[in-house]
Amino acid sequence: MIRTISSTAFFLVLLLSWEVASRSGLYSPVLLPSPLNVFEYLWQSGMDGTLWTATLVTMKRLLLGYGIGLLFGVPLGLLTARSRIMQDTLGLLALGVQTLPSVCWVPLALLWFGQSEAAMLFVVVMGTLWSVIIATSDGVRAMPPIYLRAARTMGSSGLHTWVKVILPASLPYLVGGMKQGWAFAWRSLMAAEIFVTILTGFGLGQLLQYGRELLAMDQVVAVMAIIIVIGLLADRILFSPWERFFHRRWGTGSVN
Amino acid sequence: MSLEAELANAQPERIEIQGVTKSYTTQRGTVVALDNVSLKVGEGEFLCLVGPSGCGKSTLLNIIAGLDEPTSGRALAAGESIRGPGRDRMVMFQEHALFPWLDVIGNVLFGLRLKPGLNRKERNEVARYYLHLVGLNKFEHANIHELSGGMKQRVALARALAPNPRVLLMDEPFAALDALTREQLYGDIQRIWEARRKTIIFVTHNVREAACLGDRVLLFSPNPGRIRAEFIIKLPRPRDINSIELAHYSTEITATLKGFNSASGKEASE
Repeated sequence: MIRTISSTAFFLVLLLSWEVASRSGLYSPVLLPSPLNVFEYLWQSGMDGTLWTATLVTMKRLLLGYGIGLLFGVPLGLLTARSRIMQDTLGLLALGVQTLPSVCWVPLALLWFGQSEAAMLFVVVMGTLWSVIIATSDGVRAMPPIYLRAARTMGSSGLHTWVKVILPASLPYLVGGMKQGWAFAWRSLMAAEIFVTILTGFGLGQLLQYGRELLAMDQVVAVMAIIIVIGLLADRILFSPWERFFHRRWGTGSVN
Repeated sequence: MSLEAELANAQPERIEIQGVTKSYTTQRGTVVALDNVSLKVGEGEFLCLVGPSGCGKSTLLNIIAGLDEPTSGRALAAGESIRGPGRDRMVMFQEHALFPWLDVIGNVLFGLRLKPGLNRKERNEVARYYLHLVGLNKFEHANIHELSGGMKQRVALARALAPNPRVLLMDEPFAALDALTREQLYGDIQRIWEARRKTIIFVTHNVREAACLGDRVLLFSPNPGRIRAEFIIKLPRPRDINSIELAHYSTEITATLKGFNSASGKEASE
């Protein structure tokens, strides 16, 4: 209860000082719109559907790219953790490539795929895949080896060990990896939407970029706010329940 | 299969070690963990392996468990070469090694699910029987991290007993527990050993613990790991860890242990 009050108070103060700053006349209203202008934009674009369409387009791209990243990243990460050859090859590649900021994939994607959905997807997958591989493989390697020994003495081997021991043992780390992958996918997609201008769909990143081109600062700030809210909601809806479950069952993990 | 039938159907089994040597190559050279060790463990015997750390007693246990292979020599269970882990030989580790993603009964069921010939109802029945045996029937659905150290080791014991192995291999299972909890478990393990008639090989560095639990105590010395002495403990059961008679045995064993400690000290100074 106290935590809710302190959070609410903090954001109220933040909004209030913003409003005061924009009304003070010290800054050009073009560069610093008042929070009211931003809410007005949100209301209007919400009513005419622009915002919803853009959010929908963005979420579709995100889920597709993130899904592909997980689909390949988790199994490859598991393999990397358990096989020395994979660790020395794919593991090393992933470690190197994941240091590359995802926006750096954009020029290459544009040249390979042109101004297309494929380019967008490519950037998101590249942004997600490697970090998921690294996080998954780190997670599996953090598993105490005694679990495997104990499982072996009870007659577990092969696929059974994978499904019943290795996977559940590394699940908290897997969720950590998925969370990190989500953050990376989200960042890559915004980079891609800002730089890849295509006509097949108008996402939040593009809305942001057009705001800049039209000098519509209220739009820029409003879209940024939406992006933050989606990120926060995803964390709360997709990952927090898992983390709470692990905290209860394992007795570890972060308290939310 | 009824509960009684499941509890009764265990194959006769004993362990034989024939001239087993185990050496590891490390950066500092070759370490001989076990040097030409031979021993026999009779059916239903409670054997304790005692020695300082690095004497190869845990290595020997791992070889019997099938988790490790001897460099030379043979390890036999029921007259057959040990080629890997088997349900006839279950292990209880020093760290409880319970799976934190399963609740208490889930852990006990883990090995039972891998044992053929049991349906779901029978498995649950067997798991509950062993949880009752270790006094944790009220904690079926507790999470592992909610249990105390002693309770965790009880669950580990129930898990090891559940597939009804002939041989129970225990690797310093009580080393991390406080003295009071340990004393309770000494009583429990003797009671369960008598009730279920297992062959138990129990590794420890605690001489008194060995004298309290074992029919026979084998003393190991390190560098290289060898059996140096054998003690037959002729005391009625259940034994109390604090009894005078037991102190007599543990003093004798400790004296022998000190004897070859100073002997090896002389070797080193020469």
